[in-house]
Amino acid sequence: MAFMKMSSPHAHRAGDTGDVMKQVILACTPGLIALSYFFGPGSIFNVVIASGFAVAFEAAILKLRNRPIGFYLNDYSAVVTGVLLGLALPPYCPWWIIAIGVGSAIVLAKHLYGGMGYNPFNPAMVGYVVLLISFPLEMTQWASPRPVLEQGQSLVGPLSALGQIWLGIPIDGYSGATPLDLFKQNDSQLVEHFYTAEPLFANARWAGAGWEWVNIGFLLGGGYLLYKRIFTWHTPVSMLAAIFIMSVVFYDGGSSHSGGSPYLHLLSGATMLGAFFIATDPVSSAVSTKGRLIYGAGIGVLVYLIRVWGNYPDAVAFAVLLMNFAAPFIDHYTLPRTYGHSSARRATEKSE
Amino acid sequence: MSTDYREISHNGLWKNNPALVQLLGLCPLLAVSGSVVNALGLALATTLVLVGSNVAVSLIRKTVSDAVRLPAFVMIIASFTTCTELLMKAFTYELYQVLGIFIPLIVTNCAILGRADAFASKNRVGASAFDGLMMGLGFGLVLITVGAIREILGNGTLFADMHLLLGPMAENWTLTLFSDYSGLLVAVLPPGAFIVTGFLIAIKNAIDAEVEKREKAKRTEPVTKGSKRVRTTGTIT
Repeated sequence: MAFMKMSSPHAHRAGDTGDVMKQVILACTPGLIALSYFFGPGSIFNVVIASGFAVAFEAAILKLRNRPIGFYLNDYSAVVTGVLLGLALPPYCPWWIIAIGVGSAIVLAKHLYGGMGYNPFNPAMVGYVVLLISFPLEMTQWASPRPVLEQGQSLVGPLSALGQIWLGIPIDGYSGATPLDLFKQNDSQLVEHFYTAEPLFANARWAGAGWEWVNIGFLLGGGYLLYKRIFTWHTPVSMLAAIFIMSVVFYDGGSSHSGGSPYLHLLSGATMLGAFFIATDPVSSAVSTKGRLIYGAGIGVLVYLIRVWGNYPDAVAFAVLLMNFAAPFIDHYTLPRTYGHSSARRATEKSE
Repeated sequence: MSTDYREISHNGLWKNNPALVQLLGLCPLLAVSGSVVNALGLALATTLVLVGSNVAVSLIRKTVSDAVRLPAFVMIIASFTTCTELLMKAFTYELYQVLGIFIPLIVTNCAILGRADAFASKNRVGASAFDGLMMGLGFGLVLITVGAIREILGNGTLFADMHLLLGPMAENWTLTLFSDYSGLLVAVLPPGAFIVTGFLIAIKNAIDAEVEKREKAKRTEPVTKGSKRVRTTGTIT
């Protein structure tokens, strides 16, 4: 009997990167369904167009770098980047915005740093931030959700959606501010009065019409991924806990300067998408258990700080990128102790 | 020491380019390359200071001892920068206001101190002046290229506001490349400067690698007709 020398990890599971990525795409469906139900087909178009561009850019840059195209396309990482960016972009945004975003994500953030597994920043979020600071006008308009449509008005249909996306034929009055944006602009009304005055909140149970269900959809998808053990619970739970604690501390009893209720912060904007699909990116996040807890909490605190006291209504992308910067630093100080040693030892440490 | 003007210009413009190879003076390069007119203004100012300080440093190279050479160089550079600043205030006041702090900051541009110490303090006046001119041109060309790329991407125009530097004759030089262009704002913001400069450095390295490959291919002699085996050691006699 032959004993093979093998290095860690010793515990394996069936499947490869491609399977993991396919699970992630599958887990996006509840959120995508909620998005399409409340805001019309825009997000579906976004996801399809962004994935198409992502595969095209990935193939082109792999060809340029003389890497095996089929092998890398088969791991579905480009598709995941496209899908996540498509979900994050406002519905019915023009196709060239999607193309620029996906291009920056795949080319700048991923392949200029060495490709799959080498990117220090989450590619989809780099693409999103490039778009957000380049086209603030287009990026802060979001479609009006189903419950607040006026009498006789209907959701945008697929045909007029395509017209807007590809030909730039404008659709009348389909868009408005997001709940977080609206809430940020309020500085004179008590939260209670503000909620009854704004249709976006008056027609909602917790945190903005439509938005709460979109976030619950992503929460379900994230639960599925946790059940499948695609990632551990540490990052998302500590991120959500940090947002919860921050919003409880600064709720301010619902005055006109309130930071917003925990419901608003947990179930609005990109909180759940960020917690379960963005912050858990295995490449750009912290590695150790303790490190992930710190990393997630850092994202949560930054999300709240930028949302409430920063210039942008939502902040998941900025928070994730800032903590991506910090991930190697966190890893440096949260080395786990290895079995047989009394304290943590660095791999680069000289053995005595 | 003999002076090879060809080599000096090749060094300044390409092989040892201050911006693309030495990576010196990146602070002004990244900060004021938002448009061609800003880039050109700063390039001219930097070249002026570079030539002047190189000449002055070369003139005093035998009288200043090694121990105090750096303070002396800095004083010289600061004087020339002040002259340039006053000149810009007198003739291109609006551009001076746009460039703001980056004109006095030319003093701290390490490309200038670097040339003073590495070249001018060891060479004759003529060669030093020429080196200053070529280094300034090399730096300026990169600055203008970055400025042009960022202006096109960010605003869809080229040569906008050139009259700030060149007077009324340049009033109508603005080329609008794309009308109704919403502008890729990130190109005008600081990240755009890093990205564009990074791409320029990559292109320069790619060109160098390609040139080297071709020269290598030229150098290796073709296998002669009679040889059947390839020997891994020794020389074929």
